[in-house]
Amino acid sequence: MRKRKNQQLAEDLAAAAARGYAELAEAELFSPAEYLPDETEPLSYAGYSYWRSSLRIFAKNKISMFFTALIALTLLFTFAQPFLPNQKDPIKIYNDETGIQIRNAVPSSDFIFGTNAIGQDLWSRTWSGTRTSLFIGFVVAVVEALIGVLIGVLWGYMRKLDFLFTELYNMFDNIPQTLVLILISYVLHPSLRTIIIALCLTGWLTTARYVRNQVIVIRDRDYNLASRCLGTPARRIILHNLLPYLVSIITMRMAMAIPYAISNEVFVTYIGLGLPLQIPSLGNLIVSGIDKMMDPNLRYQLIFPTAVLSVVTISFYVIGNAFADASDPKNHVV
Amino acid sequence: MQTSMHNVKEERAAASMGARAEKMARYLVKRVLRSSITLLLIITAVFLLLRLMPVEGYFNNYEKMSPTQIRVGMANLGLDRPLPMQLKNFFAQILKGDLGVSNKYRVNYPIIKIIKSKMPLSMQIGLMSVGLALLLGAPLGILMAKSARSKSKLKLWDKFGTVVVVLVEAVPASVYYLFIQIYGTELLSRIMPLPTLFVEEKPETWILPIFSLSLGTMAWCAMWLRRYMVDESTKDYVMLARAKGVPPGAISRRHIARNAIVPLVQGIPTTVILTLMGSLYVESRYSIPGMGGLLVDVIKRQDNTVVQALVLVYSCASILGLLIGDILMALLDPRIRLSGKGGAR
Repeated sequence: MRKRKNQQLAEDLAAAAARGYAELAEAELFSPAEYLPDETEPLSYAGYSYWRSSLRIFAKNKISMFFTALIALTLLFTFAQPFLPNQKDPIKIYNDETGIQIRNAVPSSDFIFGTNAIGQDLWSRTWSGTRTSLFIGFVVAVVEALIGVLIGVLWGYMRKLDFLFTELYNMFDNIPQTLVLILISYVLHPSLRTIIIALCLTGWLTTARYVRNQVIVIRDRDYNLASRCLGTPARRIILHNLLPYLVSIITMRMAMAIPYAISNEVFVTYIGLGLPLQIPSLGNLIVSGIDKMMDPNLRYQLIFPTAVLSVVTISFYVIGNAFADASDPKNHVV
Repeated sequence: MQTSMHNVKEERAAASMGARAEKMARYLVKRVLRSSITLLLIITAVFLLLRLMPVEGYFNNYEKMSPTQIRVGMANLGLDRPLPMQLKNFFAQILKGDLGVSNKYRVNYPIIKIIKSKMPLSMQIGLMSVGLALLLGAPLGILMAKSARSKSKLKLWDKFGTVVVVLVEAVPASVYYLFIQIYGTELLSRIMPLPTLFVEEKPETWILPIFSLSLGTMAWCAMWLRRYMVDESTKDYVMLARAKGVPPGAISRRHIARNAIVPLVQGIPTTVILTLMGSLYVESRYSIPGMGGLLVDVIKRQDNTVVQALVLVYSCASILGLLIGDILMALLDPRIRLSGKGGAR
């Protein structure tokens, strides 16, 4: 077909040459080329999608998929546990028939994880504590992400603020986070709110720095320059052009904030500034378990909470890291 | 002709060296200034925050005191004056090297003397654990990198190392320290009689605390070395060296290791500080009479002045560590940009 067309074109040209080109109309001189999808060069973007690639690479990693399944099951169970039949109250002290507290009962069918030194059910306390610790972790992660993104975007996007913010960052980054944690918990009364405040105060700095660096990279890309030239308001550029590129950083930082918050809760409880015992948390369960650890028969009181804690922190850590790798576009080219 | 060209080149090199030295000096001044401002901020914040504490923390027998006694006591401490005045006095006091006296831990005993008596032991344990960490971490990292690059499917060392690193990084230190104490003591007791707690005169009781403290730094060092060696071994300059026929050992030593050492050096002062922090936990678990155990102790007893002093000492130490790290980095690595334009680290 093409050959015939070319032949015809050559004939037309020969005829035209005989008449003289200059007098011809444009339509006679040029004929539009036909679009042939089979013969076009494969120039176009090969159906690349950032999110699909990230998820595909993440799903390829068997270890991270295993931990994702594990944490999903753990979370499901943790929140479903109070609604299961035959669950005990985490705060109630259980007495036997003679009215004496069932102290330090080893794990049995009745008390699955045994009881603690004053006769409370460790099974329900462990899951209730996991809920508290996860709650702390999630709240801290969300607050960190919100503050971190807000400051990070301002820092990266507003050129005038960059110098000031960088100087401030370099100053505040030098303050050891552990000490801030200790000091805040020391000054305020031990409560859920105190722990959350103390943890939120420190973590967002790192998130802000990650966000700022990413914003600087994409701020002056052509499409953003075009938007700015067309007079798009900064708010719209930030929301529609920048934020989608920050999602991977935010997700990764949030996944890492959870194990960090949980282990800091344990630390604060250990130095005596944690939650009161009426609110079970993984921190105070572990710290009360420490008192019993030198007796091998009572060691279960330490081992059960630490096992649950380790499952949660390791899962989030591995998932966060795997996601960071998967969301890095450098790893998308295969 | 040729000599003059040579001279021009040398002059240029000398000029750029001079410019570099000047830049370096400016960078150092700026960096020290920044650290001082941070320190100033911390001191102010610590002081103001502790003013929010209940005043019980300033007296040993608060319950038995009359309101007048409390007022007189506060006046003696200078805490009844307006805040800016108190702050000024506090700074003056610190500049004289006076951190005040303890109120509960050892009544009316100068805090600086308490710290001086506790510091040497903490430093000894901290330095030994950092040494152990580098001794264990560097070979582990190199083994991991080697097995990661090897063609075998198993990559045993890499897998083993990764599991160790993930466990140490993801499980809270407070938890694995405990298990090392429980099971480490039981294990070592089979070889020799070993008390659970620390006794300064018995060297065998030093093993577990030092090992526990070293784990965090070890994991950091191994992970970092592995990543660097794997990344670097595919770079062009390594390939060129290999193509030229440089033996593999020399490539590792002269090319990869020299590049790898720079960030490592920057991190070491900070890890020493981190070890100090970890010692909070380890020292109180093993009853080591050092600084970390002291901080946990005075927090539990609510001795305000000692808490304040210790927080300041720890902040100074960590700021100093970061400062030394950055300066070492600037001195070692000619590629580092000294102007502020690079932005945040």
